[in-house]
Amino acid sequence: MALHVLPLAPPMNLLAKVRKMSINEDKLLDKLTPDKKPRLLPSHTFSLCLTLSLFWWINSNYSNPLLLSLGGASILLVLYIAHRMDVIDHESLPIHLSAKMPGYMLWLAKEIIVANISVVKHIWLGNSSISPTLATIDATQRTDLGKVIYANSITLTPGTVAVGLVDDHVIIHALSKENIDTLKAGRMDRRVTELEK
Amino acid sequence: MNLILEIASGLCLLLGSFLCLSGGIGILRFPDFYTRMHAVGVTDTLGAGMILIGLMLQNPQGIVLLKLMMILLFTLLINPAASHALAKAALRNNLHPVLDESTNEGRNKPSKP
Repeated sequence: MALHVLPLAPPMNLLAKVRKMSINEDKLLDKLTPDKKPRLLPSHTFSLCLTLSLFWWINSNYSNPLLLSLGGASILLVLYIAHRMDVIDHESLPIHLSAKMPGYMLWLAKEIIVANISVVKHIWLGNSSISPTLATIDATQRTDLGKVIYANSITLTPGTVAVGLVDDHVIIHALSKENIDTLKAGRMDRRVTELEK
Repeated sequence: MNLILEIASGLCLLLGSFLCLSGGIGILRFPDFYTRMHAVGVTDTLGAGMILIGLMLQNPQGIVLLKLMMILLFTLLINPAASHALAKAALRNNLHPVLDESTNEGRNKPSKP
């Protein structure tokens, strides 16, 4: 594993890095926008249609024909607009992950509960028990989607917040050093990498 | 069966309330913006989750359950984005995090003769 923590002696380094990151991101955006065609599959449209129908029905729970047809019409309108905007692709609708997602979510829920207990302990023990740390760790995911899932999982577990994502490195603010050590061990990283395969 | 559900629901609600209270106390206690954000994380994830699960157990059949599950799912999906945006905005605006001295400055200090 090529995980490492930057020497934290001057935290200014990291801050400068984060500031530089904004320029990098703008450049990256310019490079990506012009020729990127979303890969559109019929299954994506179908799953979006299904999700929208379910969403509409759960929120309204009507069953008389007039309202059902109005709901159907609004779903079709949304589908048409989504097509015009070219936003239906494998990133906005990651159906290729759906087989492995429930297992990962269960594991993440367990991690969230463990992290919650530790943060609540720190809260009640007071300021002397925490050791706020800013560190950089590597993300081994290949796709942007995988990296985003990894960074969001880090942020979702209390005690660690992903502050920035530069290429393959995630900058993390953690409530205590142990949190960073847990992340450096790389179990979450491996899980997400397996998820996107 | 109803009694068990009622008790389980009550326990979940109580635990959720305790976690939300802890999050609030953390916001008051912790030293700076970033550490306070971690305290909010407790309220956001397990606090809200436990309260929603408690409410689900109150009415385990019907459409209310589905709606509550939807709320839980969206809370968990949207929270990280909001936390990340807050943290990044703070860091870009030069709000320096309070870091632990023993890990950061202690190493550089010259040892006294």
